[in-house]
Amino acid sequence: MTGSILFEAIVFLLGAIICVSIAKRIGLSSVLGYLIAGVLIGPYVLGFIGNEGEDILHFAEFGVVMMLFLIGLEIEPKNFWKMRKTIMGMGGIQVASTMLLSYFLFVLFGFDWKVALTFSMAVALSSTAIALQTIKEKGLLNTTFGTSSFSILLFQDIIVIFMLGALPLLVNTDKTQTENSGEHANLLQNLPLGLQTLAILVSVAAIVVAGRFLIVPLLRKVAKTGVRELLIAAALLIVFSISFLMELVGLSPALGAFLGGVVLSNSEFKHELESTLEPFKNLLLGLFFMAVGASINFIVIAKSPLTVGGILVAVILLKGLVLFVTGSLFKLRLNQKLLLTFSLAQVGEFAFVLLSFAFSLNILEQEQLDIMLVVTALTMTVTPIIGMINERVLLPRLGTKESIKRPMDHIAKSQKVILVGFGHFGSTIGRFLRTHGVEATILDHDSNRVDFLRKMGFEVYYGDATRTDLLESAGITEANILICAMDNPEVVKQLAKTVKNKYPQVKLMVRARDRYAAYEFLNMEIDHIYRESLETSLKLASEVLSQMGFRKYTLQRQIQNFIKYDEDSLKRLAKEKKIGDENYIFKARKELEHQEKLLEQDFKRGIVEFDTHWDGEQIRAALENSKI
Amino acid sequence: MKNILVLFSHPKFEKSRANAILVDKVKNRKGVTFHDLYECYPDFNIDVDAERTLMEAHDIIIFHYPFYWYSCPPLMKQWIDMVLEFGWAYGPSGNALLDKKWINVITTGGSKAMYCENGTNCYAINDFLRPFQQTANLCGMGYLPPFAVMGTHKIEDETLHAYADQYDKLLDLLIQDLVVVDIGSTSFLNDIAQLNT
Repeated sequence: MTGSILFEAIVFLLGAIICVSIAKRIGLSSVLGYLIAGVLIGPYVLGFIGNEGEDILHFAEFGVVMMLFLIGLEIEPKNFWKMRKTIMGMGGIQVASTMLLSYFLFVLFGFDWKVALTFSMAVALSSTAIALQTIKEKGLLNTTFGTSSFSILLFQDIIVIFMLGALPLLVNTDKTQTENSGEHANLLQNLPLGLQTLAILVSVAAIVVAGRFLIVPLLRKVAKTGVRELLIAAALLIVFSISFLMELVGLSPALGAFLGGVVLSNSEFKHELESTLEPFKNLLLGLFFMAVGASINFIVIAKSPLTVGGILVAVILLKGLVLFVTGSLFKLRLNQKLLLTFSLAQVGEFAFVLLSFAFSLNILEQEQLDIMLVVTALTMTVTPIIGMINERVLLPRLGTKESIKRPMDHIAKSQKVILVGFGHFGSTIGRFLRTHGVEATILDHDSNRVDFLRKMGFEVYYGDATRTDLLESAGITEANILICAMDNPEVVKQLAKTVKNKYPQVKLMVRARDRYAAYEFLNMEIDHIYRESLETSLKLASEVLSQMGFRKYTLQRQIQNFIKYDEDSLKRLAKEKKIGDENYIFKARKELEHQEKLLEQDFKRGIVEFDTHWDGEQIRAALENSKI
Repeated sequence: MKNILVLFSHPKFEKSRANAILVDKVKNRKGVTFHDLYECYPDFNIDVDAERTLMEAHDIIIFHYPFYWYSCPPLMKQWIDMVLEFGWAYGPSGNALLDKKWINVITTGGSKAMYCENGTNCYAINDFLRPFQQTANLCGMGYLPPFAVMGTHKIEDETLHAYADQYDKLLDLLIQDLVVVDIGSTSFLNDIAQLNT
């Protein structure tokens, strides 16, 4: 039943769609949905997927790499540098104490010391994929709990390299020679330790340098072609290359990808890369979670339920305890500590790698490997459930769930404005907003301009704003106002339509190039329309009249009146325009006819002398009349 | 039951302390229409027709403003110039405002002691308000003494809140048509007995 790739793809996709949408509907995290889907389609329930689950697991691990790249994109280098203490401190304490305690635990369970040590290494690591996906889904990455979790996970990513390096030392040398020539060999294996370290440092430096001087210029070139799929290809190329380089020198690809992300987080392509890679990451991670679910070996569970159950409970309790204490040491608030405890209490995907490697080194026996793999997969399934119970039952009861309400910030900070298009029209808007301390998130599609403006200290991002995924990563869901200031009326129209349909809560303020654009926006029921030439041409006309001797204040008031009058006629004519949709060929003629109509109206209005304020003559005339 | 229109003029309301506290009390009050002139007409281009309709719909007009250079802010003067025109507000056929009431509600930086013959400002508040009193007279409106919050440079928030409560109570009395004052013997609406029990 499991032969063709197409069939497998259908099974996975269908499983994901059904389980995740059910999970989301009843308010569970998508991770849990994927895991359950995996169990269902796996060999022990429906049997659609056999043992190839493990191959898929390795392939899908790439989703984790992409996720770290994307997280790197959101962390600017200077913030990363600020985090170094929490990374080393929290991460170090968590890994060291978990290893120590679980080592004694496994010795107590009766395992050999080498096995116990291997297990304790595996247990110390948590699942980046599950924890971060859940944190991001809930939008908690910027809380103390979020950064703490992230710091610990990052430290684990670094420490796993040393663990993999240390495993062979547990084995007698003669055995290693025969077994250790397999998949984990890398380019540097036979070099002296000093050179290995050097090579690692060089490759990290290479990522940083390449990010600045190779990747960004490359992306600019690609962007100039204007072909969207090239940008997607370039984004994938970046992540693949970094992973390849990292594997070559024996570092974790996830770590490399994270570094690459941090380097690129300052570039104007941040949003574009994010929105391009997001779907790939999501699908791959989904696949990864399903593969974990499918790899739970129920035969092993059935054979020794007590051992599996005992280890499972002990491991989660132990990890949770260590995390709770670590949180206390770093003075986290109770609710944050609980969140941390439950979100990182599982054994992570690195355990699969470590354990299989240890097995290939003959440190572990088949049965021990099986038991630990099952425990790992089970912890990954159980912790999201416990986390959910924590959030629904424990936290509300403690009354410590951090309230979202904060004292109102300054007006400038409390509202989000997105400005699309930073040409001569948009830039003036941006500059004026800035003089009021309002920093709009700016989207523009000209990468040269983006670069220049960034040098001037503006926060400008590159991208095609009509795409919803880009709008989302620019934060449209929490935006109050979106300004369309692009040149091309067609693009403005498209953007306005998208925003109006999908994000009706956002107030739209639209630049209209001319009357005709304004008609269309009026008919789309957009309230805030700004015709770009109206006020300037009236200003010019009034200067002409002033040169001829008309008084300036009266002219100023007449401009205001004329704008009012013109806006009324605009609204009226927009309705007429709605009826007959114009044919392109006749457009020029139509426009002429239209001008004629406007002039005719003006003529009917006459030479305006309706401004009677401050006019003594009127009173004199009226008094004369009343005398008679 | 009378209804009240508050015409509020303040060129920099966002920086005002005294008026922020006072306005807070009346802004959403029942029976009161609060009309923020500087917010409506930042370009000084007053919509005369709309203003006249508003005036016609109310019995009591409160001109609420900070007292700058012994007079009102410029937009309020602009409003008077444009809205209270010959033929509508005064003149042979101008009787749209007949029997409506005019009340000034003002805030001053200087204290009451500074507004007297021996004070820095030489004259009493009601001397400075003469032009408004006569404007009301010419339009056939009933003019009441002002409600004044004076010495705002020095007084504490607590006192301002007490003033705001008094303002609120005054509006209540006005709505119920319970305010009867003799303009000759009462200098300020703050002093009427109903507000000081």
